[in-house]
Amino acid sequence: MTGVADVLSAVCLITGALLSLIAAIGLVRFPDVLSRMHAATKPQVLGLLLILAGIGFRLRTGADITTLLLIAVFQLATAPVAAHMVGRAAYRSELVRRDLLLLDEAAEAADGGRDPAARLG
Amino acid sequence: MTVVVVTVAALLLAAALLTLVRIVRGPSLLDRVVATDVLLAVIVAALGAEAALNRHATTLPILVVLAILGFVGSVSVVRFAVRPPDGPDTDARGGRETVGERP
Repeated sequence: MTGVADVLSAVCLITGALLSLIAAIGLVRFPDVLSRMHAATKPQVLGLLLILAGIGFRLRTGADITTLLLIAVFQLATAPVAAHMVGRAAYRSELVRRDLLLLDEAAEAADGGRDPAARLG
Repeated sequence: MTVVVVTVAALLLAAALLTLVRIVRGPSLLDRVVATDVLLAVIVAALGAEAALNRHATTLPILVVLAILGFVGSVSVVRFAVRPPDGPDTDARGGRETVGERP
């Protein structure tokens, strides 16, 4: 039982670290703020949850697992808010590459939904 | 377990270095904010992996503080990061109606 939990913990830790590396590669290679945010989400949510699961499998006590749950809930509640603010600031500072967008719903909202051609912009 | 330690350390070190490259190169403030968030996530992952591999819970409160700090930091920087590209109609505060005034 102890061996199984330790192996699970090691797998979780390595997968979480791998997600961090993938996000860092995406940060260096992707072209604009929005696609870099897409890469940045991986270690912030899934990578962190995997690392926390790794800690939980290794420590296996109630108080520690409660702290880990607190960290997970807090990160899951705040990461979307921060990402929303960064994305909106990027859009409004004209840092978005529009040729990479398939659908620009913010432009539709700015036009009051009157111009269907804005969908293709 | 030594293999796990070396693997996790190498992966996180490479991730932190690549993230630092993005923080240095920019080009905009928002790129640096996003990269700083990722760097903080890497630091949290490193602290957590160290706690797991050495089987101690000393650094878990630090993880809580770091999670809160990342949110407060990025939100407070981004809150003042919007530069109007074409005049004073875009402040950092407005919603749809200020966007709609744009040509």
